[in-house]
Amino acid sequence: MRRYVAKRLIQLIPVLLGITFLSFAMMRIAGSDAITELYGDKGAVAQEIIDARRAELGLDQPFLKQYVSWLGGLLRGDMGTSYVSGKDVFQTFISKLPATLLLTALSILVTVVISIPLGVLAAVNHDRLIDYALRVLSFIGNSLPNFFVALLLMQLLAIRWKLLPVLSNGTGIRSAVMPTLTLAIAMSAKYMRQVRATVLEELNREYVAGAKARGVRDRVILWKSVLKSAMLTIITLLALSVGSLLGGTAIIESIFMWDGVGKLAVDAITLRDYPLIQAYVIWMAIIYVMVNLVTDLLYHALDPRIRLGVSRE
Amino acid sequence: MSEPTVRIQKVRRNTLKIRLIVFGALAAGLLIGSIFSDYLTPYDPYLQDLMNTKAAPSAEHLLGTDRYGRDMLSRVIVGSRASIFSTLLLVAIITVTGTVIGLFCGWHGKWIDTVLMRISDMFLAFPGLVFALAVAGVLGGGLHNAIIALAAISWPKYARIARSQTLAQKETLWLKAAKLSGSSTGKIVLKHILPNIIGPILVTSMLDIGTMMMELAGLSFLGLGAKPPTAEWGSMMSDTRSLLTTAPWVTLAPGLAIFVSVMIFNLLGDTVRDWADPKMRGR
Amino acid sequence: MAEILRYEHVDIAYNGISAVQDVSFSLREGEILGIAGESGSGKSTLIRAAMGLLVPNGLVTRGDIRYKGKNLPDLPEKELRRLNGREIGMIFQSAGSSFCPIRTVGAQLYESMTEHEKLSREEFRSHATALLGKLGFPDGRRILESYPFELSGGMQQRVGIAAAILLNPSVLLADEPTSALDVSAQKQVVEEMLLVRKTFGTAIILVTHNIGVIRAMADRVLVMKDGRVVESGETRQVLEHPRADYTRTLMSAVPRLRRA
Repeated sequence: MRRYVAKRLIQLIPVLLGITFLSFAMMRIAGSDAITELYGDKGAVAQEIIDARRAELGLDQPFLKQYVSWLGGLLRGDMGTSYVSGKDVFQTFISKLPATLLLTALSILVTVVISIPLGVLAAVNHDRLIDYALRVLSFIGNSLPNFFVALLLMQLLAIRWKLLPVLSNGTGIRSAVMPTLTLAIAMSAKYMRQVRATVLEELNREYVAGAKARGVRDRVILWKSVLKSAMLTIITLLALSVGSLLGGTAIIESIFMWDGVGKLAVDAITLRDYPLIQAYVIWMAIIYVMVNLVTDLLYHALDPRIRLGVSRE
Repeated sequence: MSEPTVRIQKVRRNTLKIRLIVFGALAAGLLIGSIFSDYLTPYDPYLQDLMNTKAAPSAEHLLGTDRYGRDMLSRVIVGSRASIFSTLLLVAIITVTGTVIGLFCGWHGKWIDTVLMRISDMFLAFPGLVFALAVAGVLGGGLHNAIIALAAISWPKYARIARSQTLAQKETLWLKAAKLSGSSTGKIVLKHILPNIIGPILVTSMLDIGTMMMELAGLSFLGLGAKPPTAEWGSMMSDTRSLLTTAPWVTLAPGLAIFVSVMIFNLLGDTVRDWADPKMRGR
Repeated sequence: MAEILRYEHVDIAYNGISAVQDVSFSLREGEILGIAGESGSGKSTLIRAAMGLLVPNGLVTRGDIRYKGKNLPDLPEKELRRLNGREIGMIFQSAGSSFCPIRTVGAQLYESMTEHEKLSREEFRSHATALLGKLGFPDGRRILESYPFELSGGMQQRVGIAAAILLNPSVLLADEPTSALDVSAQKQVVEEMLLVRKTFGTAIILVTHNIGVIRAMADRVLVMKDGRVVESGETRQVLEHPRADYTRTLMSAVPRLRRA
């Protein structure tokens, strides 16, 4: 087990290098760099001055050299300064991260609370009315664009019925309701389907028939055997959902003015604040990779077949 | 001995064919509608009627009017062309690119396979929209840039499928026979591999249309996709966001259009997936 | 000997498609009845019907399965579960997969016992290890603490038998119990089932496509083809002097080993 953990951690390194490299390359490919942003390319400033400033910032070095020195800075926690505000990118990012993490955590919580029971309910009542109803709901949820849901909720809950503030006021509970609901609806629709499919698959396994043949009641089979087996898969699937969640927060935070890194990123993109965009991309990717790693390790720790070192059939 | 008991069984009818026809027709209708959108608008989408601005939905204007008095239904219909076709183009690009790369990797193997797969892993390390946002932002706005951005992060999925399918095909008897009989590489690939791997790939494509449509509209909503004067549902929604308080239908109508389109494509996609599943066919 | 299980004109269908047609037979106390046939002949379906294992797609569309005066297909779920394990037991083809892979064998056996009887873990453990001992497992405790995948195929099968007879049912339904095993393990399983009948007087229905096993164990045999019974009678009679054409074809396909 320990060897597996070590192996996965080592595998992490090329992935992280790849992430940083891609992000760095992307910025450079844009053809812009700090200087062009500052001085524009209109010729208002003399070319020599531009070149001198470039050399000062090390922007005239070959690509790979720039990457390496940038990477060095990265490892020291230096991600440059914002083009717009002049503030340290790393600090700015870290200060907004908790808000996004809060939103993400709340959304995951709401999703789990909704999807798992409903998914199990649907699977157990396979092909009956309640199953169809839930599948229709899940389907609709999957087809609603998240920004549409956001605006819809805004219109109904805040504007028409005046239950909640239209835009976020800090990170209090009332401000969190609509963004969380929006994210949770999309995530739940997808996740509920997966939970249902997983449980259904388990229910069709021979051991369920075996337990029935030994006289065990359905409820006991469900709770003690089926859900235990299904839990492993269900947890893993959650990790995959987190990925789309991290990407989705950008739009939602932006709509509701929730002061997290998603909103930061969207604003940065509008203002072409490249260091900030870069930080966003890198950090979200790292978080995503970490979440996947943790989930994978959790799975390995929980499944007795893997834990005891026997290969799975 | 008494008469044996009879029990009636509820037979689950196989609706596959019906569903395929109905949803296929709906999707085709959507496509045709968007091609001929110009002729289908009840009013001129650009005609302003300043006496009738921000009117709520009514019998005359099914989706109301916007701040300039333009009929929303007509504007939504016109927006369909950009929204639907750019999505289909995007999905086509992703499918073709991914499949070609995957096929190439699966066929040749060796270092080129390793390199390309590592590259695709790098792209896969990014959560959902994150990279697309950044790329679209960096490239500037415009629908074509949004398409490029989304294509850049979505091809790995198809490459993976194509690659594993190709590898599976390589192990089959008929492929080995073809190789032995001296068929040229091109012929083998085109005649033997491609037709056999195209199935799962196409099913994945169909299922992705809905998702891609939403992501493309999402980028446009953030200002990173279509820009005026291009009529597109996502950008229409963000342009009119301020009207949410006073005339919500203006902002929400294009959203409804996206929802309906995505639903139709998702329904079709699901049905195609069921159709391709050997367990569901024929019974 | 008294009759304990009877199938009367049983039809079984899966989602409208017929799998078994008009099958009637009876099983007497302590008797071993073989049901022979190729895959797809409906023999597994036939016995699964008795324990309500046809769901979700299958249904006994016509006919009755009578056990001690009860009509099994019409029994409410609760009552059927009370019979399962206690009065009628089943041995599966792949006994390992009839157990939940992420729980120990002991936990699952204890679970099934406590559904029918109140007993403490200690009582269960002694009962179970004694039973396993009788079935040739000297270290029953270790078996109980194992996960299914930790046991070999043959051991899994024999544990499957133990699970089925834990509560001393009067009828045992064996669905291809030897098909997944090598020859030596097969022999062990056959001997064990014969021992069960001898020790406990359990009646057994043995479903298999292996004629050799039928010959070794069954008192009477039914031959099935495409959901129907084509021949029935005493084992020796049917195997050596088959009357139906199909039975003849089936027999001729079995290689006969000759002594040198």
